[in-house]
Amino acid sequence: MSDKTAGTLAPHRSRTKVPEGTLYRGREGMWSWVLHRITGVAIFFFLLVHILDTALIRVSPEAYNAVISTYQNPVMGVGEVGLVGAIGFHALNGIRIVLIDFWQVGTKYHRLMFYTVLALWLVLMAGFVPRHLMNVFGEYWVG
Amino acid sequence: MSTAIADRAPASGPESIQTFTVTVIIRRFLPGIDLEPRWEDFDVEMLPTDRVLDALHKIKWEQDGSLTFRRSCAHGICGSDAMRINGRNRLACKTLIKDLDISKPIYIEAIKGLPLEKDLVVDMEPFFDSFREVQPFLIANSKPKEGKERVQSPEDRARFDDTTKCILCAACTSSCPIFWTDGQYFGPAAIVNAHRFIFDSRDESNVRLDILDDKEGVWRCRTTFNCTEACPRGIQVTQAIAEVKQAILRGKP
Ligand code: SF4
Ligand code: FES
Repeated sequence: MSDKTAGTLAPHRSRTKVPEGTLYRGREGMWSWVLHRITGVAIFFFLLVHILDTALIRVSPEAYNAVISTYQNPVMGVGEVGLVGAIGFHALNGIRIVLIDFWQVGTKYHRLMFYTVLALWLVLMAGFVPRHLMNVFGEYWVG
Repeated sequence: MSTAIADRAPASGPESIQTFTVTVIIRRFLPGIDLEPRWEDFDVEMLPTDRVLDALHKIKWEQDGSLTFRRSCAHGICGSDAMRINGRNRLACKTLIKDLDISKPIYIEAIKGLPLEKDLVVDMEPFFDSFREVQPFLIANSKPKEGKERVQSPEDRARFDDTTKCILCAACTSSCPIFWTDGQYFGPAAIVNAHRFIFDSRDESNVRLDILDDKEGVWRCRTTFNCTEACPRGIQVTQAIAEVKQAILRGKP
């Protein structure tokens, strides 16, 4: 065989813009699942920490108070917005998933239900966030 | 009349049919040559009536004979040319190029979650193994009445009509995020084909419900609806899976 043939058989290096495959372009169903997973994992880690710090009260109330007082700062206040947002979405979307599985026509209306979940979630957050942030930052503004 | 046709004839001659150039970017992998898959672009002249499969043919026949893909019927019946076109699973033979956004390149890659063999060809064996495992055939031990055929009312036939349409293309199974990460999952296609017999009034077996009542069975389904959207036959796949879930809970179809 000539050199030329051997040359074409040399391993190609990839020379590309998108070396890995493209992102699958799923629609509402797929993204609702992705969000459900992310919020679920986030809530799991919150609960883990939460159970640990609550358990502290049995060790010593002083230690418990010390830990809890470190939570009283604006960074945690903003974090709480994220937490409520995650739990709110997970709960509402959880109801949607139950309906998909058990309601006769659930699979037909899954997309509509997803937008309903988003709308309810926005209402929930609109009610919670301003009030909560006022509580968190209020004392700084008042002095 | 005839003059009108004669007048129009030059305008509709083959050379004046509107063609357009599309860029097709294909994820290539030639085993033994490529160390990893790579993207390669091709420019092809296409007619408005052409499908993605025609573009692949043109490339293979006119530009690069090493391009490898499966196809057989070219009419959406055999289910051999499912691939990921612009990020979604479709049949190349049922996707008109003009229905895609041709101002941008068209990305074509193999379906995901099954071992890649070459270019757009994947190893379908794991997929067919799951299909076989659900026993997709009539199981009936009783003798048909009067030694003739098993009669079925139109309503009973309609109960599973949707799932008889499957062509085993794997577009659904390979669109499932659960299947990508857990190849043990039976996948939508196997459940669809189990559904077809579970709800058949002539079938006398409950064995498929036991097979699918498994952690790798229907309970893996997280209702992402990717399968329903990918199915080229328009089968309501997620609905079929939900029905099987409920049949398992009831313990009967
Ligand atoms: S259910 Fe639809 S997408 Fe899945 S294998 Fe059958 S025809 Fe293909
Ligand atoms: S080639 Fe047969 S389904 Fe597309």
